[in-house]
Amino acid sequence: MSRIELRGISKRFGDTPVLNDIDLSIAPGEFCVFVGPSGCGKSTLLRLLAGLEDPSAGEIEIDGLLVNHLPPAKRNVAMVFQSYALYPHMSVHQNMAFGLQHRKLPAAEIERRIADAVRILQLDGLLQRRPKELSGGQRQRVAIARAIVRQPKVFLFDEPLSNLDAALRVQTRLEIARLHRALGSASMVYVTHDQVEAMTLADRIVLLQPLAGRSDVPSVAQAGAPLALYHHPANRFVAGFIGSPAMNFVDATVKALGDGRVLVDANGMCCAAQLSPQGLAVGEPVTLGIRPEHVLLGEGAQRARVSHVEHLGEVSHVYLELPGISTPLLAKSYHEKIALGELLPFDLPAQAMHLFRADGVAQARGNAAGRSVEAVDG
Amino acid sequence: MSRGALRCSGAAASRAEEVMANDILRPRLQNAALRGGLAAQRVRRAWWMAAPMLLVLAAVGAWPLLRTIWFSLTDSELSNPGDYAFIGLENYVGEYGLLASADWWQAVGNTLLFTGLSVSLETLLGLGVALLLNQASRLRTLLRAALLVPWAIPTVVSAKMWSWMLHDQFGIVNHHLLALGVIAAPLAWTADPQLSLFSIVLVDVWKATPYMALLILAALQMVPVDCYEAARVDGVPRWQVFRRITLPLILPGLLVAMVFRTLDALRVFDLIYVMTSNSRDTQSMSVFVRQQLIDFGLVGYGSAAATCLFFMIALLSIVAMGLMRRTFERAAA
Repeated sequence: MSRIELRGISKRFGDTPVLNDIDLSIAPGEFCVFVGPSGCGKSTLLRLLAGLEDPSAGEIEIDGLLVNHLPPAKRNVAMVFQSYALYPHMSVHQNMAFGLQHRKLPAAEIERRIADAVRILQLDGLLQRRPKELSGGQRQRVAIARAIVRQPKVFLFDEPLSNLDAALRVQTRLEIARLHRALGSASMVYVTHDQVEAMTLADRIVLLQPLAGRSDVPSVAQAGAPLALYHHPANRFVAGFIGSPAMNFVDATVKALGDGRVLVDANGMCCAAQLSPQGLAVGEPVTLGIRPEHVLLGEGAQRARVSHVEHLGEVSHVYLELPGISTPLLAKSYHEKIALGELLPFDLPAQAMHLFRADGVAQARGNAAGRSVEAVDG
Repeated sequence: MSRGALRCSGAAASRAEEVMANDILRPRLQNAALRGGLAAQRVRRAWWMAAPMLLVLAAVGAWPLLRTIWFSLTDSELSNPGDYAFIGLENYVGEYGLLASADWWQAVGNTLLFTGLSVSLETLLGLGVALLLNQASRLRTLLRAALLVPWAIPTVVSAKMWSWMLHDQFGIVNHHLLALGVIAAPLAWTADPQLSLFSIVLVDVWKATPYMALLILAALQMVPVDCYEAARVDGVPRWQVFRRITLPLILPGLLVAMVFRTLDALRVFDLIYVMTSNSRDTQSMSVFVRQQLIDFGLVGYGSAAATCLFFMIALLSIVAMGLMRRTFERAAA
């Protein structure tokens, strides 16, 4: 059982801040995913945990032990690299055994661990092959097996699926989830830029945002359960990153405030949002957010012209032209017979609306309202 | 004439390189030819493109080589090279032939000893320097450039420079060694038969170590960084990392560098000729060839020696190529 604690972690390369002020606690056995766009420092954060980089400030604790000054080998972590980092001149068996041979483990123990890993990752028959003779998926499994035989307290995965094709990615994703259940007590920290991987694998998502050279922004945009980030994004960055296709954003001004309701005016279109009015003032500029899957098409009082339709099979993406608003409103629809140029009625349900103030912070939602949003998805 | 004679040893190396190039090209050209019209056109174009180079190689490589081999079968002399008789293999296996000459075998031994010593020292030192240079540092770029200075100086110049520094009476080396009390009396670095070959090896090592270091550095930089990081996370000791990861991965590059240096060292001429002239104790095969051809005027006999040198280098190149191909295949597998 190993808890990971990060306190006030910052990292800069020269004058460029990469990570700012990270406080994070990863529970024993938790599957924690660091996700974010490229350049947000997620891989750097993982390398800080591994001990491949030193933090510029802050403390890292693994299992109650301050590890800042411990070399990677003493931290009891195993890492799976994006490029797999298999030793190209060694067989699969040697790749797995090499990290154990200098630990004075009895040969029988090494063989037993390798046999276990081979069974878990279905590597039978590949033991004598070189990495070059393996497919991408097999190499990935060998890389994971090499981590397993170490029996670490913490597994670190650095974008392990990014070099695989789409079908294999889904399959390997499942295998990693299965592995996490099978290994039980070991914590996993997983870095990805793919929100689908993050949503499907994580017990907890840590969404990092790029600092763009500023040292006054915190790196962690939001940390929490996948659905919490989806339903209750803390700010506009999180709202825009989680969810595919991304949330619609429309500039608006506050028109009236009620009890648990906010009325806004978006260039003549009047909408209600079921949100706490606290801290808002009438006339204040805000950004309205609504996910494409929450836009109701074919009902409601509003009208808009269809400017473009993308048929994906299971669902269609319908782009609606709103008067005076440059970016079209995107809606998901299960109807396939939507014609270009058609004038469609639509509705923006108040309980699915998000509001972001000028500084990007999301307006809080009352508990009752929060539940009703989930009911909309359900 | 002297230029032509000296060129044969150079021709040997360019022949070897040509053989290597042909070996790589041939299978590809053949496959292309099988693929019909368009491919055949491409093959024809490839031959046209290669033709000028093949002509040049024939003129400066094949022709002098064939001339040398022909002269080696005659009793031609420098005083009247047009007037000669065909004497078969007399220059090689005759009573006074090359294979019966103690001087020739001495030259062969000197060359092999020089090659073995200098190439192994250069490899070890070059590896050390390359490992140091492979550490990220701001000095690295500067050092990499500075390193090439000994290699960039013409050998004749550096040989002369070292001859003066190693001069037994006025040399700076003896001066400092005496001042430091390391030696009691001046040493005749280039004249003492016990020391002269050692001095020559020393200068060659000084000159060629940078070349080795840079080739090995290039190989080192091809080793994927994440392999080292994986080993760090696994806690593999440094020496093990070097022996089990670095060394096997740079071996192909290391072998190529060693083969190139070996072929170079077997043809050594200028360094030895400048530092110890025709001294029998340090004479290399190339120096022997020049002495026979020019000083003694024996064009036929000297050509026989040059031909022997060529075949030795060609044989070694073929063996090295086979060895390298096996290593590469193993590395690629």
